[in-house]
Amino acid sequence: MRYAMAVDIRKCVGCSDCVVACQTENNVPHGFCREWVVETMNGTYPQLEIEIRSERCNHCINAPCVRCCPTGASHFAEGGIVLVEHNKCIGCGACMASCPYDARYPHPDGYVDKCTFCIHRIKSGLAPACAAVCPTKCIYFGDMEDPNSNISVVLKKRKSKTLIPEAGTKPQLYFLI
Amino acid sequence: MEEEIFVSGRMNQLIDPQLNIWHWQIPLYLFLGGMAAGILCIAALYYIRGREKDYSTAVRITPFIAPVLLVFGLIALFIDLRHKLFFWQLYINIRLQSPMSWGAWVLMVITPVSFIWCALHIRDIFPRWDWKYKWLYDIESFFNKYKKVLAWIMLIYGIVLGIYTGILLSAFNARPLWNTSILGPLFLSSGLSAGAAATLILSKNIAERKQFARIDLVLIGIELFLIIHMFMGFLASTQVQIESAKLFLGGPYTMSFWIFVVILGMLIPALLEFMELGKFHVPAIVPAVLVIFGSIMLRFIIVYAGQVSRWLY
Repeated sequence: MRYAMAVDIRKCVGCSDCVVACQTENNVPHGFCREWVVETMNGTYPQLEIEIRSERCNHCINAPCVRCCPTGASHFAEGGIVLVEHNKCIGCGACMASCPYDARYPHPDGYVDKCTFCIHRIKSGLAPACAAVCPTKCIYFGDMEDPNSNISVVLKKRKSKTLIPEAGTKPQLYFLI
Repeated sequence: MEEEIFVSGRMNQLIDPQLNIWHWQIPLYLFLGGMAAGILCIAALYYIRGREKDYSTAVRITPFIAPVLLVFGLIALFIDLRHKLFFWQLYINIRLQSPMSWGAWVLMVITPVSFIWCALHIRDIFPRWDWKYKWLYDIESFFNKYKKVLAWIMLIYGIVLGIYTGILLSAFNARPLWNTSILGPLFLSSGLSAGAAATLILSKNIAERKQFARIDLVLIGIELFLIIHMFMGFLASTQVQIESAKLFLGGPYTMSFWIFVVILGMLIPALLEFMELGKFHVPAIVPAVLVIFGSIMLRFIIVYAGQVSRWLY
């Protein structure tokens, strides 16, 4: 089992529905976000290129946050999902400093919080909130080790990229280009 | 031209952790821990080499600062934690891959050791000290018997503590400025030089002061060598590290780094110490205070600038 997510940046319109769905589903405190949308504009007018990405924790295979955590609060759960155990987290910030994607934030209750791939929904057979709510259906989620899963099929069919692969974290959030 | 817009409104210090990870507590602790490590290393080294009589201030008096520094450092670390009541989780887990776990355990050993070392020398400060209870005298004579072992523990753990303050930062590859192994030896030599400066202030013996001015001079030379090496490494590395070096070479941290750390914290004290070793008389407190100031500024600037440096998307 190896969960991963792919975002089709040809279909994403940057509506931020995924951001709101995530905040509602996971009760994210006001002013913070577990996922966010980035819009990059390249080139000079009139040759402009726009890229819209829905970004979140990359659930890296070689996760620096898990390596740097002094208490083991950051750990790999089933399917390689990177989770934070709240009662083990001391809020030292080492994981936030070690994340090249800045995917974590300090929860006002003290512990560090981040995307969980909606593990509570996956366990009952549902897709993560962001994938379920996407109006253009551009978020794919599934098991990479199952060759017939949604994500394996789409990643075989389409070209994809990951963010800063040179950081050596083996990110598992793909962007279909 | 490249432009980035965060639709979720993430470009805000409350949300973007790269703007909001560590504040004054961590660099202050890195300085206090580094200086305590320097003091304890020097004391242990001279004790082991049997030079206790020649350098009595460094071995007997200066170590009294170390536990104070360590306690204040621990308080700063505790203030930094966001989930304070769970701090004990640090001490029920050993995680070899996490520098912070190493640091927590090293502090657990070296803080009591530094207190014991001071207790063994308490009569050098209060000549008529009385432990009052017999069991306290028993403990004292026990540690007096194994003082050499204690000194070795202090030396080894002092070096680990001094290096760890740098390694803590260099383990984070997400912040390119920190991600250089030179920070370990650089922070160790900076801590040792601050430790030597403490003896320079406290010592009343001219021969000892001259010796510590000499030590400080060598350590400042090593630090300058490491800083030059660090920038050579950055400029010959990937784009992200070139960008992070540019923070100090024309970027927003240029003035503070070169003026406070290099000129005021290293070059001027080195010049003053050089003069003192010659025939001029320089009040020892001036270069010593400058060295300690430079050592504090080095930590603050590296910690703050490191949080600005980042990978480029």
